Amino acid sequence: MQGFITQMRRDMLLAFRARAEVFQPLLFFVLVISLFPLGVGPGPQTLQKVGPGIIWVAALLSALLGLDRLFRDDFNDGALEQQMLSGASLPWLVLAKICSHWLVSIVPLILISPLLALFLNLTADMYWALLLTLLLGTPVISLVGAIGVGLTVSVQKGGVLLSLLLLPLLVPLLIIATSAVDAAAIQLAYNGQLFLLAAMLLFSLALSPLASAYALRVSLN
Amino acid sequence: MWKWLHPYAKTEQTYFLCQRLFPWFAFLAVIALLTGCVWGLAYAPADYQQGDSARIMYVHVPTAILSMSTYAAMAIAALIGLVWQIRTADMAVAAIAPVGAVVTLLALLTGAAWGKPMWGTWWVWDARLTSELILLFMYLGVWALYHAFDDKQTGGKAAGLMAIVGVVNLPIIHYSVEWWNTLHQGASITKFAKPSIAPEMLWPLLINLFGLAMAIGALALLSLQNEILRREIKRPWVQKLGEQA
Amino acid sequence: MQFENWQAFFAMGGYGLFVWLSFGAFAALMLGSYVVLKVQRRNLLSAIRAEQARRKRIEASKG
Repeated sequence: MQGFITQMRRDMLLAFRARAEVFQPLLFFVLVISLFPLGVGPGPQTLQKVGPGIIWVAALLSALLGLDRLFRDDFNDGALEQQMLSGASLPWLVLAKICSHWLVSIVPLILISPLLALFLNLTADMYWALLLTLLLGTPVISLVGAIGVGLTVSVQKGGVLLSLLLLPLLVPLLIIATSAVDAAAIQLAYNGQLFLLAAMLLFSLALSPLASAYALRVSLN
Repeated sequence: MWKWLHPYAKTEQTYFLCQRLFPWFAFLAVIALLTGCVWGLAYAPADYQQGDSARIMYVHVPTAILSMSTYAAMAIAALIGLVWQIRTADMAVAAIAPVGAVVTLLALLTGAAWGKPMWGTWWVWDARLTSELILLFMYLGVWALYHAFDDKQTGGKAAGLMAIVGVVNLPIIHYSVEWWNTLHQGASITKFAKPSIAPEMLWPLLINLFGLAMAIGALALLSLQNEILRREIKRPWVQKLGEQA
Repeated sequence: MQFENWQAFFAMGGYGLFVWLSFGAFAALMLGSYVVLKVQRRNLLSAIRAEQARRKRIEASKG
């Protein structure tokens, strides 16, 4: 537990020192979403219809873009190996990395989402649903993503491979989250979807640190 | 209890076991698939609603069912590799992945060819076609991960873990059928409910299902042997094999 | 036999294209996988033999 806090403080500090890199996914997120009205036309009805899907797909892609940072730098400079040898419990260390990654790379996406909801003409009801799904769903991206990054960290040409591994696993997340926002759009209750998202979050929270730790052990031999 | 598994941790034992099993699998596969296809194409009655296009069922349903079972088989091999750290099991994961991908691709192709006359389009985003597509991506992911590593030992372990992570998605794929019930018909064969399909149509279907299972087994055996040869190429017994051939 | 003649058999009640496409793809991909795996096996074995021949040549030149 002590290791958890130390590790988290270290990772947050490192992330704030490399601010430019952290903001890249955020810029990508905003850019992708501003491209869509240009692509599908500026009609408010159309945008409202495809909006939730666009925001979620863009969030998935930009989260994947920043996911590489989770272990790669520490792997390249050998810090990861030292942390594994330190005797602290590896799943806890991994969980600390995942938490700090979520706070640093994904929370900004959630913070800027009201602006993007305005761009895409979402109603207030839809926005609240979107916010709740993002809060419950994006940690799942980080948690599941950690397994994929752990597996591919020692692979040199791992960029596209990571997306190929992770996107299929994240499809249920996308489906459930967007269906919650769609339900909100027509004034239906969306508790069910939120409960499903919460279930996925707890499930991945329980298993992903163990799987990622094993993946890192495999990658580092 | 699991002692009988241990000899097969030796790749040599597994290689010759595959050698012995292959003719049986191949023989049964050819006989059953020929019988099932001829029966299904020529002798089974046409469906009263869909006419002769329903004959696509005799290849579509077995590929769709077995694409999922093959993934389960791959995940079981991966689990054996993870728990007992048996190298041969990781090789089996790498060997099954491409075979499973081919079967899934077939399920998609035959599904599209059935969809065109029935729904009027080649592709519909319905639950089951979509989950087959995701399954294909998952097979390709496992396969690509294995080949991304230069060190095949590490690659095998990584692919095994990926297969296990992916198998968590199989129940979700299954329940997605109930989540959105759209254009696709309900499942035709179930273990519990009374089959909604006429017996003279069920028999060729079951024979094809059996035949395809044997064919997948035969291909997986061949593929596993290749994988073993590729990774054990420096071993004396492989060298001896080269002299004999 | 459900069909009166071969023509009817190949026409499949107007669905010939789709039925034969499915069964054709099935046969082609299954046989194709078998052939690919067999070719891989042959290449592997011949690679082993080439390696052995190379080693023998090295032995011979030494001795």
